[in-house]
Amino acid sequence: MSRAPLPYNPKILELFKNPKNLGKMEDATVVAVAGNPMCGDMITFYLKINDQNVIEKASFESYGCAANIATSSIITEMIREMKLEEAWKVSYKSVAEAVGGLPSVKFHCGILAVGALKRAIRKFYGEKKATPDWLEKEPSFEEKQALEEEELAKVLSKKLKPEEGR
Amino acid sequence: MVENVKELLKAHEGLRREVYLDNENSTPVPDEIVEAMRPYYNRRAYGNPTLTHKPGWEAFEVLMESAQKIASSIGCKTLEEINFTPGETEANNLALLGAALAAKDKGKKIVISDVEPINVLNVAEMLQKTGFTLTKVPVDHEGFLSLEQLKEAVDGETTLVSLSAVNHEIGTVQPIREAVKIVKDRNPDTVFHSDASDAYGRIPFDVQRTGVDLATLSSYKILGPRGAGALYVKERVNVEKMLEGQMGTQRLWPGVENTPLIVGFVKASELMFRNFEENTRLMRKLRDKLMTGIMNETANVLLNGPRSEGRAPDNVNISFLRCEGEALTIELSLNGVYVSSGSACSRRLLQPSHVLVATGRKFDQAHGSILMKVTRLHTEEDMNYALEVIPKAVQRIRGITGSTGVE
Repeated sequence: MSRAPLPYNPKILELFKNPKNLGKMEDATVVAVAGNPMCGDMITFYLKINDQNVIEKASFESYGCAANIATSSIITEMIREMKLEEAWKVSYKSVAEAVGGLPSVKFHCGILAVGALKRAIRKFYGEKKATPDWLEKEPSFEEKQALEEEELAKVLSKKLKPEEGR
Repeated sequence: MVENVKELLKAHEGLRREVYLDNENSTPVPDEIVEAMRPYYNRRAYGNPTLTHKPGWEAFEVLMESAQKIASSIGCKTLEEINFTPGETEANNLALLGAALAAKDKGKKIVISDVEPINVLNVAEMLQKTGFTLTKVPVDHEGFLSLEQLKEAVDGETTLVSLSAVNHEIGTVQPIREAVKIVKDRNPDTVFHSDASDAYGRIPFDVQRTGVDLATLSSYKILGPRGAGALYVKERVNVEKMLEGQMGTQRLWPGVENTPLIVGFVKASELMFRNFEENTRLMRKLRDKLMTGIMNETANVLLNGPRSEGRAPDNVNISFLRCEGEALTIELSLNGVYVSSGSACSRRLLQPSHVLVATGRKFDQAHGSILMKVTRLHTEEDMNYALEVIPKAVQRIRGITGSTGVE
């Protein structure tokens, strides 16, 4: 229950003030979510994917802190025009780098955002009932972390008020 | 990292007005108080009060007068009952560790509540790890202590109870006098400590009337300088000192007394109590303006803590649903309104404010909480500005949330 100083860099500040590709996409091919309101950290990605498996456009919505908003926003820019195979290779490290670095307590925001992206890609192929060679069967690091964060929030919120069964 | 901060600060240039409402976490010190402190750095009383020379005796004189003034403000019997410390964190640590260890041969049971500040909560948990039994009394949805469960929690082996008089986050004014009576009826030997940092200068707080044995006071919470506080220790109540060193005028805290900060603390106290009724009436009026203004102007908000009866005159704590707290604090800052949030995102761990969770707020409700405290130096115009900025900021952050999380 301690706090950490958060001197966000100019890139994060700019994306916080003017996020790119913000908002729900009505004609999205696939929608995926990571985190939940209990985590205080939640991202929805909307991807429009064409027949060549290229991401034509991406947008996001975020219930989260400035780091969460900035990393989500930058991912939508990074993956535009990318083939899904390339987009799959986006790691939380490359995202952290793209926003000019994250405070250490905020790494999980970048991880969660990439987790949401990877879930979207996996979901897309799941719905098509196809599995390309490059798509790892085991959940990626970011997908695992996203799941862990979601589980942890559930456990903590139950543990703190067991008598009410929440 | 420092370069980043320079950019962040630059982003605030050209603000029409700035309203500082984060008085829970630090406060600006009014000029009048800074001026009162200034001579004590190098003009007079800069000596060590235990030494036999003029600057030392001057320091001794001012420290004794300071202790007397603080003692009078809470109804102490003697000035020896006031122990200056470097702040309320230190005073709370001293109270819990010092009282628990002094009585360890009589019993090892400690009772606190679910909503104590972390400088009580974490110290109690530290004692628990070393073999003490810790019971936390729950609170209701407005943060009021369950007196029945307090009664059940205390027995013949309970040596220490620590319950704050006013909750630091949600402003709940606790029935401390009743709590003391319940505890003493169960076990007259139990030492009762109360963190009165948020009560002092906001509600009448008298150690005789409440019957507490130990009470924590804080300088910065009444607009005094940071780095000064006091622990009231009732005559003949045993508290062991926690730090070793050169002991001076302060029976429970070693080291050279920080005379200028103590003078600032006393000045802040004088200014607060000189017009106590007027000050608290003003704070209550500003609080209500801010609170009702936000509640009326913004949809999907929850007031945390009591409505108005039983609420500290300075405290406003509101949860903005579907609006993450840390993002909101930044947006408000960029518009000149400075507040803090109970969101987990502004902390190291995933848990949001334990106080809000203890009152039954769900995690998602606590993540969107904003804590504000008004002071006697705020104006109607400050509140008008905050009320202009807050709904817009909430709207922008909710725009980023969009439909995320809507099933």
